[in-house]
Amino acid sequence: MSKTIKIKKGLDIKLKGIAELTNGGEVTSSRYGIEPANFLGLIPKLCVKPDEYVKVGTPLFYDKNQPEVQITSPVSGKVVAINRGDRRRILDVEIESDNKFESEQFPIGELGSINRDSIKEVLLSSGLWPYLIQRPFGTIAKPSDTPRDIFISGFDSAPLAPSYDFSLANDLKSFQKGIDVLAKLTDGKVYLGVRSGSKLAEVKNAEVNVFDGPHPAGNVGIQIHHLKPINKGDKVWTINPQAVVFIGRLFSTGKLDFSKMICLSGSEVKAPMYYKTVVGAKVSAIVTGKTVAEGKERIIAGNVLTGTKADADNYLNFYSNQITVIPEGDDYEFIGWAMPRFNKFSVSHAYFSWLMPGKAYRADANLNGEERAFVMTGQYEKVLPMDILPVHLIKSVIANDIDKMEQLGIYEVIEEDLALCEYVCTSKIEVQSILRKGINLIMKELG
Amino acid sequence: MKSLRKYIDKKKPLFQKGGKFEKLGSTFGAFETFLFTPNHTSKSGTHIHDTIDLKRTMIVVVIALIPAMLFGCWNIGYQNGLAFGIERTLLGHFFFGFLKMLPLIIVSYVVGLGIEFISAQMRGHEVNEGFLVTGLLIPLIVPVNIPLWMLAIAVAFAVVFGKEIFGGTGYNIMNVALIARAFLFFSYPSQMSGDFVWISNLNTQAAIDGFSGATPLAVLAQGATNLPSLSDMFFGFIPGSIGETSKFAILIGAAILIFTGIASWKIMLSAVIGVLAIGGLCNAFAVNTYMEIPAYYHLLMGGFAFGAVFMATDPVTAPHTEKGKWIYGFLIGAFVILIRVFNPAYPEGMMLAILLLNVWSPLIDYFVVQSHIKKREKRFVIKKNA
Repeated sequence: MSKTIKIKKGLDIKLKGIAELTNGGEVTSSRYGIEPANFLGLIPKLCVKPDEYVKVGTPLFYDKNQPEVQITSPVSGKVVAINRGDRRRILDVEIESDNKFESEQFPIGELGSINRDSIKEVLLSSGLWPYLIQRPFGTIAKPSDTPRDIFISGFDSAPLAPSYDFSLANDLKSFQKGIDVLAKLTDGKVYLGVRSGSKLAEVKNAEVNVFDGPHPAGNVGIQIHHLKPINKGDKVWTINPQAVVFIGRLFSTGKLDFSKMICLSGSEVKAPMYYKTVVGAKVSAIVTGKTVAEGKERIIAGNVLTGTKADADNYLNFYSNQITVIPEGDDYEFIGWAMPRFNKFSVSHAYFSWLMPGKAYRADANLNGEERAFVMTGQYEKVLPMDILPVHLIKSVIANDIDKMEQLGIYEVIEEDLALCEYVCTSKIEVQSILRKGINLIMKELG
Repeated sequence: MKSLRKYIDKKKPLFQKGGKFEKLGSTFGAFETFLFTPNHTSKSGTHIHDTIDLKRTMIVVVIALIPAMLFGCWNIGYQNGLAFGIERTLLGHFFFGFLKMLPLIIVSYVVGLGIEFISAQMRGHEVNEGFLVTGLLIPLIVPVNIPLWMLAIAVAFAVVFGKEIFGGTGYNIMNVALIARAFLFFSYPSQMSGDFVWISNLNTQAAIDGFSGATPLAVLAQGATNLPSLSDMFFGFIPGSIGETSKFAILIGAAILIFTGIASWKIMLSAVIGVLAIGGLCNAFAVNTYMEIPAYYHLLMGGFAFGAVFMATDPVTAPHTEKGKWIYGFLIGAFVILIRVFNPAYPEGMMLAILLLNVWSPLIDYFVVQSHIKKREKRFVIKKNA
């Protein structure tokens, strides 16, 4: 019973540097790495020592709180370093690839006959488990839970986001296999949200729904809200389509293959397009030489709304399928508030950029103003297509009022869902980090 | 501009913590960010931000106020000319009014911004932009003959007790400009009402024969029916507070505010609906002149239009929920009529209606949020039983 859901509220920020749908070839990196900071709430305990040989799928570290959840190596080769930062916090586990991508063998059996527990075991031991994200809270799923349903968003609507129709075009079989595996993990259904006309929609064993409308229509949280909202006590899992493909590959061959297409986009990229690479590749291997290199640049792992700031020395974020490069913009603008600003986008018509509705912008990371108390109202509501009062929710978090947070629907949202609210905020309030504080407080209270 | 930037960068350490003029840090910051949009880049969350900020927001409101202000200047001259039979050119009227208006604006900004700077410094905050608008609103809603010292006291009272004690812009409960006006209205009623305060110099000199100087609302309160024509009231050739007379100029401001998305059209529209609904009811059961005048006259008389466009839409003191805005606007419209019609001691109802609803708006929000929560709980219960 597929349906079309029209999302009316939201905002498509038009930026320069949309990736062309072409494959720019394979990007290899001599060193690969996994950064524990990519995993929300995970406290890493190491399983390897420097100079040890690892295969694809050999555990590198596990979560102190949930030892079954382990992160494995995306490549085969030698562990060369475990880099630590302040207070001996592990920054990354660095592996020198032997370019053979030899994988551990996992006991997959025949999909028809294996039960839920053995699927879980394979996912846990292969290191694909951390791709399962639980809602509420947006943390790695608990292995002991059985989710009400599993939700997958088959498209990314964020600015400059990759097209899964393009990047997964050759992996549709694995995608189907992955869906079949996921269907066994829940007593409910697997839901897939797509844009109309998507090739992913042909998938079986899942309920496919079409979502129409601006960003954040592609956010899985918005799709859950419109299909089967999360109430207190509910647990659903979400997973990125790329990770579904990883699972499909594993259950087809018994071997891990972490290769994927990554979308390099942004106004500072000379020729934005897709490249084939492997999870954990060095950011510099993908970015160096491909940017215009005029002035300071900001490299973002992910999109401009929810991504994390990366350095060329960092490794590709475990979860992100996109790298965006925008200007840093850390310069002063003479009486900026009084300028017409034809080249800067605003949702309001307070600058003259409204004269050019279709224009794509070269947005930089400047805050465009100082942080202030809440003054304007009604802005957040226009970009959040959920039956939620965002300002009151954020205020309840600031007030540490757990009852109110629950009543106002904190279980339904994670940072990405409110990212546009932060973008449009006149007072430059850090909505996403405030929301995370609230979620952390609730997780602590619930134990 | 580079040399100016260099100069500022050179002097900046003096005003930062440990510097010689540390105590003037907020003041320095205010001037610095006025000259140069700061170079702060995003540290967490979204990497890009909308170009709008509070400075621009406030400037747009100031721009929207300019038509009303310019017309107000001209009308000061024009009304003065009518009262004393003086002939002037269009520009002559304007400059006569402008010279009356300028001291009011200067006093309002100097006193208000002075207090803002001092209190920001005491708290160690940045100077907030809120007063840019308030400082222009206050001169526009007072009679032209207001003594400057009274204005200064009113501004000081409003900024300190209306805003700063609550924590500054964004935390105040009532509209600051209206607090200033209410303060004047109740402290110095003889300077704020009657027939002689609205026209420049009418309080000290006798007008020519047959000139009254009464505002349309005062005419009505006296039970008379010789109102100015509708077009005079619409275009503003009538006595009144400086900025409120021309509905045409106010509509230009409203168009700017709505088009830029700065002010809520919901509040403006629902206030108009409120006036027409309750005014219509009064017409239906009319027993005196006040109840008889067509409801739409109320839209053109007194401070309704100015208040609905520039004061009721103040986002801080209006409800923060979208549904709440409809209720709030409607009640403002309703109370304007109730106060004007049934309480002739205060012919101008707009100020009191907005202040009353400012106090109520957290209550309106409370009910809207509570009904939202109930709806969410119902969803939960239905799901549990299903």
